Amino acid sequence: MNNTARIIKNDLSLVLCGGAGQGIQSVEQFLVKILAREGFYIYATKEYMSRVRGGSNSTTIRISSHPKRAPVARMDILIPLDDKALEHMAPRLSAETVVFGDEEAVKPPRDASWRFVDIPFSKAAIEIGGPVFANMIAAGFLAGLMGVAKAISQSLLETFFAGAGADIIAKDAAALERGYDEAAKVLERNIIAVEIDRHENRSGDILINGAEAVALGALAGGCDFIAAYPMSPSTGVLTFLAGQSLDFEIVVEQAEDEIAAINMMLGAWYAGARAMVTTSGGGFALMEEALSLAGVSETPAVIHLAQRPGPATGLATRTEQADLNLVLYAGQGEFPRVIFAPGTLEEAAALTRRAFDLADRFQVQAFVLTDQYFMDTYYTLRSLDVGADPLARHIEETDESYRRYRITEEGVSPRGVPGFGDGLVVADSHEHTEDGHITENLQVRPEMVNKRLRKLDLLRQEALPPLVTGDEGAEIAVICWGSTYPIVQEALAGMARPDVCLVSFSQVYPLSGETKDLLGRARKIIAVEGNATGQFSRLIALEMGFNVHGKLLKYDGLSFTVEEVIEGLSRILSEGV
Amino acid sequence: MGQFDAIGKEISWCPGCGNFPILNALKSALEGRELKPRDVVLVSGIGQAAKLPHYMIANVFNGLHGRSLPVATGIKAANPGLTVIAVSGDGCMYGEGGNHFLHAIRRNPDITMIVNNNMVYGLTKGQASPTSPLGLKTPIQIEGVTEIPFNPVAIAIAAGASFVARSFAGDADRTRKLIDMAIGHKGFALVDIFQPCVSFNKVNTYQWFKDNTYAIEDSHDAGDPMAAMALALREDRLPLGLFYRREGRSSFEETLPAFRRDKRPLYDRPMDLSRLRKLIDKKRTAR
Repeated sequence: MNNTARIIKNDLSLVLCGGAGQGIQSVEQFLVKILAREGFYIYATKEYMSRVRGGSNSTTIRISSHPKRAPVARMDILIPLDDKALEHMAPRLSAETVVFGDEEAVKPPRDASWRFVDIPFSKAAIEIGGPVFANMIAAGFLAGLMGVAKAISQSLLETFFAGAGADIIAKDAAALERGYDEAAKVLERNIIAVEIDRHENRSGDILINGAEAVALGALAGGCDFIAAYPMSPSTGVLTFLAGQSLDFEIVVEQAEDEIAAINMMLGAWYAGARAMVTTSGGGFALMEEALSLAGVSETPAVIHLAQRPGPATGLATRTEQADLNLVLYAGQGEFPRVIFAPGTLEEAAALTRRAFDLADRFQVQAFVLTDQYFMDTYYTLRSLDVGADPLARHIEETDESYRRYRITEEGVSPRGVPGFGDGLVVADSHEHTEDGHITENLQVRPEMVNKRLRKLDLLRQEALPPLVTGDEGAEIAVICWGSTYPIVQEALAGMARPDVCLVSFSQVYPLSGETKDLLGRARKIIAVEGNATGQFSRLIALEMGFNVHGKLLKYDGLSFTVEEVIEGLSRILSEGV
Repeated sequence: MGQFDAIGKEISWCPGCGNFPILNALKSALEGRELKPRDVVLVSGIGQAAKLPHYMIANVFNGLHGRSLPVATGIKAANPGLTVIAVSGDGCMYGEGGNHFLHAIRRNPDITMIVNNNMVYGLTKGQASPTSPLGLKTPIQIEGVTEIPFNPVAIAIAAGASFVARSFAGDADRTRKLIDMAIGHKGFALVDIFQPCVSFNKVNTYQWFKDNTYAIEDSHDAGDPMAAMALALREDRLPLGLFYRREGRSSFEETLPAFRRDKRPLYDRPMDLSRLRKLIDKKRTAR
């Protein structure tokens, strides 16, 4: 046991753990808001069980003087809120961790290798008015440790609990105060010192999570219609847009099933709306036939798919990157599609907007592929780009000569909508003639197939190249896609390997032609993926002809941590790949 | 020659098919309402009946088997000014699309659902449909159908549909009239139409329908759901006409906030980025 002060400089990893319904989320939200206002960089992510009460859930918050956007295994401070928390967090506890908890409630082991400091969160909460106030004591305690002026915390309290009764607010204020008192004692005893530089000019940052970033990107893309069936972890996007539906005049419908949701979306696009669905792998599996309908009828579609581990119901509240093959190959027949996999919140907004734009311009189906980790992760951003100008609507007024599927050189036929002009808009799920009517003419068939597939060339021309971090000419290229990007980036920054660069993909299909040049320079390619079979590695081999020499794969339901990537890549590199 | 009539179309229905009179009744009802083809959208699924929109002049979305109601709902919700009619067969609407049938009734979009109900699968060559009578022998149900026939009229009334009617394709005038009333009704309207299949249903023929149906008496109060249900559950002779109508319920589109201030279709609205920028500013941690 180490009894000298633990000094934490510029990068604090703080973990809260307790049962569902214990109020971890309110501590987290309060703390994150107040610390972001103070001018720290804030990052937070959570892992939770598929239940409403009980179990063990945890939130990891990183508070830093420089942007940190990845989960670390390391815990500098742990606040366990019940007697199951220490066991739940055991794999991440180390001699470096300082645990602040109520000894009676938490029941720490006597022979622990880490330091336990008894703070009477539960006892004091009962004195104040009930166990629920323990979370505000914890919030006050942590704000006190971070050196946030008490008056600032108090002023946030009222807006934070706006709508609660005066009695509750008074008790929360007492709880906050009590937390500050406990923090003062801990600081006085020289147990811990947290020294993180503030950046005054950072105050005023945008604080959003992955679900909000996708939803804001949808609004930037002009989304005016969403139909969905609730499914974790994708529901946050639906909830956010429903909350905005009055201000933004969005049609929001909770459909009877995913099949209805996607068919409603197609009806809406056909009639000129800019529509989307949000779902997870299981829900999307039900949508597959309608994806194919969108393909043949050239109806634009935007599909947000937040991945969770399968097969079937799998782990409902956990994360994985194992639905790439699902979206890549979904749907009977052959038709083009585009798949984005944002790595950062900025990318999530920009790429969702882009999904709307490409879907509309090329009459194709655009995917935004995220995952539970990404949905539930939030951090501070300076700005969020919604585009300088509104996106154009790619529809035209029709006249009597209008033919919905007129064959054109580039494959895109002008899109009319019913009621706009004198033409008729005939869309068909069968193979069809240029005017949209059913046909079994076998000369027309290949012409229509080719017309639809020509749009893949347009998508390729528009494909976003991967981002390179480090030396483009490095001997070894590490590749990753989607939400793993900031994690691998921070890991490589910590590894000091100038011979290794990171090539990260936020568009996974079709791949940009630049991929060939970028990966062609590397002698060895190592992939980092959140699945068991290396789905993206195979795609790279298939599309680009490169072998992936080493793979770091994770599929236990949690995202990678920075430490895991460092350890895993170091092992692969030391084995000579 | 009406404006909904298509000329020179090669129609893939069998000669004498009950779909022909339904097609004519629909066209004539639309003509009668003085609608223009450009303002009408026909949505269908898959099957012989689902090909109907291809044989007339209108906007068309011919989608997947069973899924015409959600597509029709999406169209109506994106542009409430359009007249939206979903038309397909009994297998499509009541089998593959059964769940959508129930929930479209609950949702109550202002669309008309026409079901060409021939009590058999025609396009796949004669298997039982959800409405096939008990005992009907088919290449699959070789000892006869053992499942109780789906009663769309009773189910629609029970689920709260605001307009429920049934016709017989052989009764052109009644069919036209009921389709006309259904289009005129605000809210979800079902017109189930008995349609003889001359190739695969040798039981429920034109003659059989003539012998086993009768017109609902003028004395029937279509505003009374219990009376409507009593008619719907009759099995000895099958009533034709308007079973139930409830006026005054808001349609799905009318309940949507998107059309509260602005009546324009969604495609005709400008996008406003300043509102979005304000929303993003609300996500800033201090101001």
